[in-house]
Amino acid sequence: MAHNSTILTVENLGVKFDENEVLKGLGFFVQKGDVLAIIGPNGSGKSVLFRALLGLVPHSGKIDWAKGLKLSYVPQRMNIDRELPLSVEEFFYIKSKNKGKVLSVLNSVGLSDDGHEQGHLARHLLKQRLGWLSGGQLQRVLIAWAVLDDPDVLLFDEPTSGIDIGGEETIYNLLRKLKEERNLTMLLISHDLNIVYKYANNVICINKEMICYGVPSEVLDPSALTKLYGGEASFYKHEHGHDH
Amino acid sequence: MITDTLLLQLAVGILVGLGAGYLGSFMILKRMSLVGDVISHVALPGIAIALLFEINPFFGAFGALFLAVLGIWLLERKTEIPSETLVGIFFALSLAVGILITPEPELLEALFGDIAEIAMADVVITSILTAAMFFVMAKIYRGLTLSVISKELAQSTGINVSRTSFLFLMMVALVVALGLQVTGTFLMGALVIVPAAAAKNISVNLRRYTILSGLFGAVSGLGGILIATRFGLHPGPIVVLASGVIFLVTLLFKK
Repeated sequence: MAHNSTILTVENLGVKFDENEVLKGLGFFVQKGDVLAIIGPNGSGKSVLFRALLGLVPHSGKIDWAKGLKLSYVPQRMNIDRELPLSVEEFFYIKSKNKGKVLSVLNSVGLSDDGHEQGHLARHLLKQRLGWLSGGQLQRVLIAWAVLDDPDVLLFDEPTSGIDIGGEETIYNLLRKLKEERNLTMLLISHDLNIVYKYANNVICINKEMICYGVPSEVLDPSALTKLYGGEASFYKHEHGHDH
Repeated sequence: MITDTLLLQLAVGILVGLGAGYLGSFMILKRMSLVGDVISHVALPGIAIALLFEINPFFGAFGALFLAVLGIWLLERKTEIPSETLVGIFFALSLAVGILITPEPELLEALFGDIAEIAMADVVITSILTAAMFFVMAKIYRGLTLSVISKELAQSTGINVSRTSFLFLMMVALVVALGLQVTGTFLMGALVIVPAAAAKNISVNLRRYTILSGLFGAVSGLGGILIATRFGLHPGPIVVLASGVIFLVTLLFKK
């Protein structure tokens, strides 16, 4: 079933930490331009799957990315305390010293004003400590950072807390806009089924192993959701808690 | 009165302060203040063994520090959080062993440093190794900074977090070993942490933070040795106290 535009093939993927099976028997494809959502309860191995796809944890089975792809990653948790003496500008300079490019990418994630003083807000933001940003600003900065070097694929691990629901909606609108502007393929871990229905063309449900895979409106039926989340799934939400 | 010896002492004091302050800024970022503060204690048994075998104490100190940072690095790889208790116990015990086996005539010098008979060769060695340290740091500081924020993010951009951390800790071992001549094993750790803590109080960005850390360390070295010479005191503790004064002043301007 491999297709010309298939950019990722995963077969029989397993990850073990010590003797603990965290993931087993996963298999799926990603085509260029896809938005693949990954859902599952807390501790189901979603973030581990990302780490495996990025080659950060040892795994068994096959993870086959098309050649020459540039991957970018927005992790779920960042260790940024308010006291960290690192400015937003310096955070971007770790990746690229091209200030014009940094300003333009800030603009495309909506962190720049369109007023007559073009770029004033972005310039002000660049001088702030990274730890002083609000949750929503930080999320946008992380996304901007991720797309700064023009990746082909964006792996987005949604934070379980720190962003209010209203803000979350805009983050996904933003991701969709970036996807179209930049021709991105996106893999996103989501905790919100509404987001999955609205934005993803494919979904995989995992709870250590694969529960469902396919088009969200087709595969996310009550029996799959019950199997995934237990009896509470009809509410279409679950506790936003700590997740590994 | 300025003598040639004083000039040499000042040169070593400034270099050691500069290097320790700069590296300390990253020790604090890596949340290794405790490690930074007590790491130098490990050098004592190394110095003692070097003295027993009549080799240069610098090599003994560096050898012991090398093993210590290797241990810390391995712990860091194994667990997310550095096991501070274990590190604390290990450092305290090595100090106890060091005090027991260091020959008595050299004990005071090893504990508190001695730059009374410093020679041109010491200045040259300290200069070369400090320059080498800055060279290595220039190569790794971006990866080091990124891995402080998120190891995974750093790894996803192709940074070898483990190697970066190892190189950094080696640089710490090097600078601490160099600094022992000025402050001794008891106080060298303070010179790594205090100037950086002071700089952190008044810095919004990394550039200013790291530069000020180095500068505060250098000023502590310079001021401490000058004051100690003027009043006939032991330079090591005065150097560390000077950094403490800078820290208190920066507290008033904390951001």
